[in-house]
Amino acid sequence: MLSRAADAMFWMCRYAERAENVARFLDVSLQVMLDLPDPHGDPWAGVVAATGDEEGFSKRYGVATRDNVVRFLTVDHGSPNSIVSCLRYARDNARTIREAISSETWEQINKWYLLVNDAAAGGTTVENPYDFLAAMKEASHLFVGVTYLTMTHGEGWHFGRLGRLLERADQTSRIVDAKQGLNLLRPPDVGASLDEIHLSALLRSVSALEMYRRRYGRLDHSLVMTFLVLDKLFPRSIRHCLDKAKESLCAIVDTPSDSAGTRPERLLGRLVAEYEYALIDEIFDQGIHQHLDALQSKLNDVGAAIHETFFATRPDQVQEPLAEAAQ
Amino acid sequence: MDFATYEPGPFFDEMFDPERRPRAGCDLLARTMADLPPGDISHRQNAAERALLHMGITFNVYGHDHGTEKILPFDLVPRVVSAKEWATLERGLVQRTRALNLFIDDIYHKQRVISDGIIPREIVESASSYLPGCKDLDPPQRVWCHINGTDLVRHSDGKYYVLEDNLRCPSGVSYVLHNRQVMKRTFPNVLQASRVRPVDSYPSELLRVLQYVCPRGVATPNVVVLTPGPYNSAYSEHSFLAQQMGVELVVAKDLVIRDGFVWMRTTRGLARVDVIYRRIDDTFLDPKVFRKDSMLGIPGIMSVVRAGRVALANAPGTGVADDKVVYAYVPAIIKYYLGEDAILPIVPTYVCHDEKQRTYVLANLDKLVVKAANESGGYGMLMGPQASVAEREAFAGHIKANPRNYIAQPLLGLSRVPTLLGDGNVLEGRHVDLRPYVLHGQDIFVLPGGLTRVALKKGSFVVNSSQGGGSKDTWVLADDASPKDAAC
Repeated sequence: MLSRAADAMFWMCRYAERAENVARFLDVSLQVMLDLPDPHGDPWAGVVAATGDEEGFSKRYGVATRDNVVRFLTVDHGSPNSIVSCLRYARDNARTIREAISSETWEQINKWYLLVNDAAAGGTTVENPYDFLAAMKEASHLFVGVTYLTMTHGEGWHFGRLGRLLERADQTSRIVDAKQGLNLLRPPDVGASLDEIHLSALLRSVSALEMYRRRYGRLDHSLVMTFLVLDKLFPRSIRHCLDKAKESLCAIVDTPSDSAGTRPERLLGRLVAEYEYALIDEIFDQGIHQHLDALQSKLNDVGAAIHETFFATRPDQVQEPLAEAAQ
Repeated sequence: MDFATYEPGPFFDEMFDPERRPRAGCDLLARTMADLPPGDISHRQNAAERALLHMGITFNVYGHDHGTEKILPFDLVPRVVSAKEWATLERGLVQRTRALNLFIDDIYHKQRVISDGIIPREIVESASSYLPGCKDLDPPQRVWCHINGTDLVRHSDGKYYVLEDNLRCPSGVSYVLHNRQVMKRTFPNVLQASRVRPVDSYPSELLRVLQYVCPRGVATPNVVVLTPGPYNSAYSEHSFLAQQMGVELVVAKDLVIRDGFVWMRTTRGLARVDVIYRRIDDTFLDPKVFRKDSMLGIPGIMSVVRAGRVALANAPGTGVADDKVVYAYVPAIIKYYLGEDAILPIVPTYVCHDEKQRTYVLANLDKLVVKAANESGGYGMLMGPQASVAEREAFAGHIKANPRNYIAQPLLGLSRVPTLLGDGNVLEGRHVDLRPYVLHGQDIFVLPGGLTRVALKKGSFVVNSSQGGGSKDTWVLADDASPKDAAC
C-alpha cells in the first residue's frame, strides 16, 4: 500500500485510541476526587502533571481547577491533547485515506468528530462531563469494532492496529505512572480502605476492575501492577498490547523466521521478550516510575523506526522496486 | 404539502405544465408529495441533510478554521427527465463527445479542421487552454476526453441547449451518486414505482474506461486517482471515486519518475503506475513543461506520457475544445467530422473576435449575457438585462480591450423545478441546469442521470455552488407510461 496511506492509517487509529484514553483518564480522576473525603494539597494540578503538558496548561489557564482541567482535556481546540483535538487529527488522517478505509469506518470517525465538535461548540460538557465521557468510550469501541468487522485484515488494517496498540501501551503506562507519581496509590499514613479506593479507581480507568477480580479477587498493589503491566490476556495490559502490536508488525513485513528482520521488528521484538519474562518484583526494584519512563522512551524508538522504515518519503530513501510490487 | 398554490410561472416548469397538471412521469411524485402530512417533508429534508453530513459529502470552504466543510444544499424535489427526452439527449451527447474527441486529436496533429477553413487558426491558437506542448501527442486508443460533463439548460421554448462542455476535470458526479442514495432512503417507493434508471454503475464504467486506455502491453493496469490533496474543494469526490473503483488515491509526492516510468511509493518499495485519472489541471501537471511554479505536479511526467508509458485521463490539452469561443464552432465541427447535423443545439453565440458580431454585441449589451472565454464557476460574466449602466460600460471596455476573450449570448429562460423553501412547507419554482456525465472509452457511455444544479435564490439564474447553488436528484425514467400508485 501507499506509504502515505499506511502512515495515515497508523495515526488515525493512534489518535482515536488517545481520545478514548483521555476520556478514561479524566473520568477516573473525577471519580477519585468525589471519593476523596478530605482533599488536601492540589489534586487537579496532579492530573495536569499526568498529561505531560503542564506548560501548555499553565499558559492557557494558570491555576488548575476542576473546570479548567476538564475543559483542557475535552473541548479545548487549543490544547493538542484534548479529546476534540485528538478527534480532529484522527479525522484529518481518515480524510486523506477515505478510499482505503471502509465507508463505515469513515462514517464512524466522522460522526464521532461531529459529536465532539458539537459538544465543543456549546452545551454543558464542562459542568457535566459524565455523559460526554461515556459517549467517547462508546464511540471509540464502535470505531474499533467497525474497523474490525468491515475492513480486510490486510496490511492497512494491521498498520492501524499497530498504531492503536502502541498508543494503548503508552497510555496505560502513563495512567499507571500518573497514579504512582501522585502518590495516590499507597499514601503512607492512610488506612487500607482509601488504598483500595485508589486501586479500584486505577483498575476502573482501564476497565480492568471486574477482570482483575476474576483473576485475583482481593485488591493488592503488587497484583494490580502485575495485572496492568504483565498480564498476557487483558486487552489493556502493557504486555498484551506489545504482543499484539508485534503480531501486526509481523503480518505487515512477512519476514522469514530465520531472519532478524527490519529495525522496528528488532526493537519491538526485544521489548516483547523483556515483558514475557519479567517479574513484577524486578520492576519494583528498578522503580516503577523509572521503568515506565524507560518503556515510553523505547516505544518512541519503535514509533520512529516504523516511520523510517515504512512512511518516510524522502526521495533519497526510495527503495528499489520489488519485483512483486511492480506487477 | 400543497401544490394548489404552486405557480409554474412564465418559465418552462419541469414538473407541471402551464395548467398545473403534472407532466409525464411526474404524476405519482406530485400526488405522493401532496399527500404527505404537514411537517413530514421538512422532517425528511432534515434527515436527508444529516445523512449527507454523516457521509462527509462536503466541499471545502476556503479561509475558515473550524467547520471548513459544508454540504452542498440538497433539495428533495427531484428533477424528472422522461425516457423520450433522455433518448435524444443521450444521442446528442454521444455525437458531440465523439466529434470533440476527433477535433482535439486533429488540432494536435494535422489541423485539417483549420486548413479546411472550419475554424480560424487564431481562434484555436489564442485559446489559453490550447497547449502547444501537446503537439503530436498520441494518447492510448486515441482517446483524449475520457470524462466529459456537458452543461445543458432548457429554455422557455421547451428545448434543451448545450451551455458548455467541461472536458478537463469535470466535477460533481459524486453528488449524483450520493443524492440518489439519499433519495432511496427518502422516497423509496416512489422512486421504484416511477421506474427511475439507476446511476450506481458509474464507478465501474469509469474504471472500465481507465483500464481500456492503459499503455500497450500492460495486462493488469495499475490505475490511480491523482488529487491535489485534502484541501482541494472537490477532495471528497476524488477520494470517493478512488474508493468506489478500489484504486489508490495519490498526491504528487506519492509519485516518482524512474527509468522512464511513473511509480508510486508503497510500504514495499516502488510500484508501477499505468493509468492516472488526474484531478489536477493541465498546466499544473508537469512543472518541466507547463507552469514552473506548480507544487502539485510531477516533474518529468509529460515525457513518460509522450513515450506512451503512462496514460492520463483526461489527456492534457483537451481544454481547447471547451473554450467558450470554440464552442460557437462546435455544430460546424460535428458536421465536419461526422457528416451529421448536431442533435443538440447550442445557444446562439456572438463571437466578439469577429468585428461585425462585436459591433452587434456592443450595441445590445442590455439584452445579452457576456462571458469571458477562460472563466468558469459563474465568474467573469455580465448579465446584461440585470446589470447597471456602469457595469455594462465596464464590460464594453473589457470587450474592446480583448475581443478574443469574449462571447455574448441571448439570455435563456432557464427552466424551473419546484423547490422547498423555508421550513420545507412552501414550494416555489427555482431555475436549474443539468450536467450529464459522458465517458469515452471503447464506446461512449452516458450516465442516465446527472447533476441538476439549482439556483436557490429567488429569480437567480446562477446555479454554481460557489454562488449559492444547490443540487437535486435527477430522475431519468426507464419508460414514460404512468406508474401505479405507491405507498410512500
